[in-house]
Amino acid sequence: MQKTKVTICVGTTCYLLGAADLQELETFLPEDLKECVEVIGSHCLGVCKDNQYGNAPFVKVDDELIANATVGAIIEKIYEHRKGE
Amino acid sequence: MQDKNDANRMRKELLIRIIKDFMEDKLAEKIDKIPIELRPKGEPSSRCCTYKDRAVLKYRLMAMLGVSVEDEEDESKQLSSYLEDVLKRNSFDENILSVLDVACTSCVTSRYLVTNACRGCFARPCVFNCPKGAMSVIDGKSVIDYSKCIDCGICTQVCPYHAVIRVPIPCEEACPVGAIKRNPETDVQEIDFGKCVYCGKCMVACPFSAILEKSQIIDVLKAIKEKKKITAMLAPSVVGQFPVPLEQIAGAVLALGFTGVEEVAFGADMTSEHEAEEFVERMNAGDKLMTTSCCPSYVETVKKHVPGLLKAVSETPSPMRYTSQTLKEEDPDALTVFVGPCVAKRKEALNDPNTDFVLTFEELAAMFVALGVQFNAVQPHELTRPVKSTGRGYATSCGVSSAVLKEMKDAGRTDIPDINAQFINGVDKKAVKLLQMYATGKMPGNFLEVMACEGGCVGGPCTIGKVKLAIDAVKKYADGPGIPKK
Repeated sequence: MQKTKVTICVGTTCYLLGAADLQELETFLPEDLKECVEVIGSHCLGVCKDNQYGNAPFVKVDDELIANATVGAIIEKIYEHRKGE
Repeated sequence: MQDKNDANRMRKELLIRIIKDFMEDKLAEKIDKIPIELRPKGEPSSRCCTYKDRAVLKYRLMAMLGVSVEDEEDESKQLSSYLEDVLKRNSFDENILSVLDVACTSCVTSRYLVTNACRGCFARPCVFNCPKGAMSVIDGKSVIDYSKCIDCGICTQVCPYHAVIRVPIPCEEACPVGAIKRNPETDVQEIDFGKCVYCGKCMVACPFSAILEKSQIIDVLKAIKEKKKITAMLAPSVVGQFPVPLEQIAGAVLALGFTGVEEVAFGADMTSEHEAEEFVERMNAGDKLMTTSCCPSYVETVKKHVPGLLKAVSETPSPMRYTSQTLKEEDPDALTVFVGPCVAKRKEALNDPNTDFVLTFEELAAMFVALGVQFNAVQPHELTRPVKSTGRGYATSCGVSSAVLKEMKDAGRTDIPDINAQFINGVDKKAVKLLQMYATGKMPGNFLEVMACEGGCVGGPCTIGKVKLAIDAVKKYADGPGIPKK
């Protein structure tokens, strides 16, 4: 199966409002996910402009957008995407 | 360094708003509405009610304008009216921290609490060992008579179920020098500025975000808007704060409207050179110990709490002072803004005629967000002023000593005494005791580096980057080539 792609927005808004803490995501991945997740940083995804920063930081798991992203929420979403493997 | 939480987030969002509104000439019109917009009627509140939340937000905004909340005389005075005053000021309050009384009331009055883990056991060591007879068992559970309790903590130590817990007062716990205490009359915490060393640890520790620093952001923005010449001096820890290389950070700073951007690392080089010379002179003159002087909170700690050590503190000016002095010599008309991770630098800058303003990394980041500056969209700015890699390493623990030690070696002097370097990485209550021992002259070592924040400046109270990643980033620059002299 293909690797799950996690895109962390490190545009200035997301970075200040929490993405700085997500940079270490890879170190928090459980053992069974370590090999099958690809984490990349991205420039501004463009979603923060629409809603007053309220929901930053934004992260994409494959093509699905997560608002108010936390390490826990991202990991949960990765499992969801890899279900049925 | 602050972990992610609601209080931090609120502060950042407020900063972004006031910066954006100010730069769009809308702050005077909008500032009084911000508390209501953020806490509209019917939405859940964080404190007892929406109205208290709004009141707290108002005071928080006052501190962001750089106004002392303690100085409030007329409760009905609006934020827009404070803003008018702020735009006319040309000096700042000496007390750079404030306790927000309406936010601070919620910490426990007693330190010890029997939880429901208590089994009301037969042995009852809490009752047996309490020196004041304050413990008794009522309805099968231990109860503390607070009129007798002296907060000695013996009950927590003897309970086999760990049923008696110590409930800390976070700001008092964090303060290394006992400068913050409850005022029994008002029932809120009070900072004793005769003792405060401006480390900012109470501000980070308070879960109600009741300790506020007085910002100078409006003054900086005003200068930018008036198209004044204004130079940002980036502290060496800056490279660990943003996910891009230094040249890109510098480019983003210029995109904000600063007319110049410089590394404080070049001032750090000057500090290292002079401190190395000073060390050799002092040791050859028979001194037993010299300590660093670049951390303003450490110097304040010595002045107020370890006076016996004062003569050992290096007299060499800090990197910030050298940087701003050099810049003012080059262009007396350009304003200088120190940008760093530090609360105590605000105090140091008030006494430095060459440093006009201080911004924190958090405030700088909020400026990027508010003004829509994205790192990938800015032109990287090539920094050309010669900087040694060791100057760039000042921001981590041991960085200052390595720089000074290298200077001594590079100077090629033959009269260099043997160096025994020691480090204090983070000033807490224990470290203050250790400093007192250094003052007695009974500790080993003749060169002592002290950083008030754990990890060095990268662990400062106003940082946004993860400490571990920030240390790696600073070390990468410290291991790099620097910018060689042409």
